[in-house]
Amino acid sequence: MSTPLSTLGHIRHVLSDNPVTLVAATLFAGFMLMALLGPSLVPFDPLATNVGPALSPPSGAHWFGTDALGRDIFSRVVVATRLDLGIAFSAVLLSFIIGMPLGLCAGFLGGWWDRVISRGADTIMAFPLFVLAMGIVAALGNTVGNIILATAVINLPFYIRVARAEANVRRDAGWIEAARLSGNGNARILAMHLFPNALPPAMVQVSLNMGWAILNAAGLSYIGLGVRPPEPEWGILVAEGAQFIVSGEWWVSFFPGMMLMLAVFTFNLLGDALRDIFDPRKRT
Amino acid sequence: MWRVVLKRLLAALPNLVGVVVITFLLTRAIPGDPAAYFAGGAATMEAVEQVRQQLGLDKPLIEQFFRYVGNLARGDLGLSLTTGQPVLKELMARLPASLEMVLLSLLLACAIAIPMGVLAATKPGSWFDQLARLITTAGVSLPTFFTGLLLAYVFYFLLGWAPAPLGRLDPIFSPPPTVTGLYLIDAALAGDRALWWAAFKQLILPVATMTIFVLAPIARMTRASMISVLSADFVRTARASGLRPSTVLVRYALRNALLPVVTTLGMVFGFMIGSSVIIEKVFGWPGVGSYAIDALTASDYAPVQGFVLTMGILFVLLNLLVDLLYVLIDPRVKIDA
Repeated sequence: MSTPLSTLGHIRHVLSDNPVTLVAATLFAGFMLMALLGPSLVPFDPLATNVGPALSPPSGAHWFGTDALGRDIFSRVVVATRLDLGIAFSAVLLSFIIGMPLGLCAGFLGGWWDRVISRGADTIMAFPLFVLAMGIVAALGNTVGNIILATAVINLPFYIRVARAEANVRRDAGWIEAARLSGNGNARILAMHLFPNALPPAMVQVSLNMGWAILNAAGLSYIGLGVRPPEPEWGILVAEGAQFIVSGEWWVSFFPGMMLMLAVFTFNLLGDALRDIFDPRKRT
Repeated sequence: MWRVVLKRLLAALPNLVGVVVITFLLTRAIPGDPAAYFAGGAATMEAVEQVRQQLGLDKPLIEQFFRYVGNLARGDLGLSLTTGQPVLKELMARLPASLEMVLLSLLLACAIAIPMGVLAATKPGSWFDQLARLITTAGVSLPTFFTGLLLAYVFYFLLGWAPAPLGRLDPIFSPPPTVTGLYLIDAALAGDRALWWAAFKQLILPVATMTIFVLAPIARMTRASMISVLSADFVRTARASGLRPSTVLVRYALRNALLPVVTTLGMVFGFMIGSSVIIEKVFGWPGVGSYAIDALTASDYAPVQGFVLTMGILFVLLNLLVDLLYVLIDPRVKIDA
């Protein structure tokens, strides 16, 4: 019998078992670097027009070609990384901060808390979520802050459900009873004991939600909500190129779209990998 | 069994109420003066006051809510500023376009994803399984507008197989006499083959785009469900009894495995309705989604809110339908009730 693996050993085992996970981790690191260092490393100013001939295909000078206003697409796509990831990250963080405590309370305290919070989550889920996001942004105003808010609202139910399920399962556990007998109040039990246990499935959810939040923000920008041109954002870049694709200038939409896909793909795979690390039984 | 059906119907009611409440709150959440928004940018002071009276915006919120519900019950969703038409009338006129696309995509997605999931389940870990997983994950990671544009580029511009993404019909054709609003059915009923083909060709790209997007949840669920059913005792017994592998797979395993897939369909509908908005914009499809987007760009709020409400109600009803379908298919539900 081999000796049980440490956490690092376990992670290494999962990574080596599934090469796709390694790819996902590498891509994630790549995106982080692009978001943090991108704007300072791009060859052209993303907002500068006529740095090259308008609508020229990919070449040595302009790796991704230029758009209708002569802007370098490569620079725009790289700089957009920060905005897209930033929006998605803020939205998911907001959802997490609000949703987890609500879910934990609902699962642990039960009764009135459970009924009201669950009913709220169910009502949000009663809408097709993109439509609800459209409605929220339409009502509150067309700003980036409202995009983040709308995306956060539609992601809330996922965190509420995860936290509620985890708290519910452990509600009557012996060690919770022991914690209470030691003098811990409800707040302490929720924060110190239940929250750390709910963290692993929540982390999986965070990763999957990131991918989804990126798609959401891009979709809303594509239809004209939220980020406005000339600010580079992947959804807007695809929208700017949409009119040219049917006349053959494919590169204007293609590269931002591929970057979008890669980002979402990365977070989806990362979520799967996290699930494999934390709970081997749920491997798909 | 009828008791179970009734229970499901009652369970859907709070969701309907929730949808109405949230939509109402959204109409009142507009920063600034809602009356000014509904009256439009060019309205005079008197017009704004008139709208304010009409909508009862000077009354307390609770009374406003009951007025809103009263209006809904009469089918009054307000007037569109840009066209001057009642919102409900316009939504109903455009709904068949969206429905045709969504329904066709659902059928196609199930036709592809379910066999894919079954095959992946019978050989877990094989190259087919990995490939299926890759395709479905890629499909769900691609933004629908991007898939749509790519398909239009490849199949219209490069290959010339598909027609231009300009809506439901080539301008030289006129729509069939309206029976259901779904052009494929109406053209078939009218016996017009050329028209049927024209409508079908225009549908290919939007439907393909939506199908790619929803393959993943259906295929994954089918695969996971099949894997767990195939390891069940009754399947082992069926195999041991000498039944043919195809009989075991289809008549015993698949019928049981499809149950969780049916429940997934409810969630899938949500994705489809959401992505239909974007796909309609990409392909110039005259459905409810593009109606809402046009209204949104023109700062015309009544249609947008009518759209959110209608889609919310539609989604609740679709989920109810899925629930009822589940009750009909699964005999165990009668015992549990």
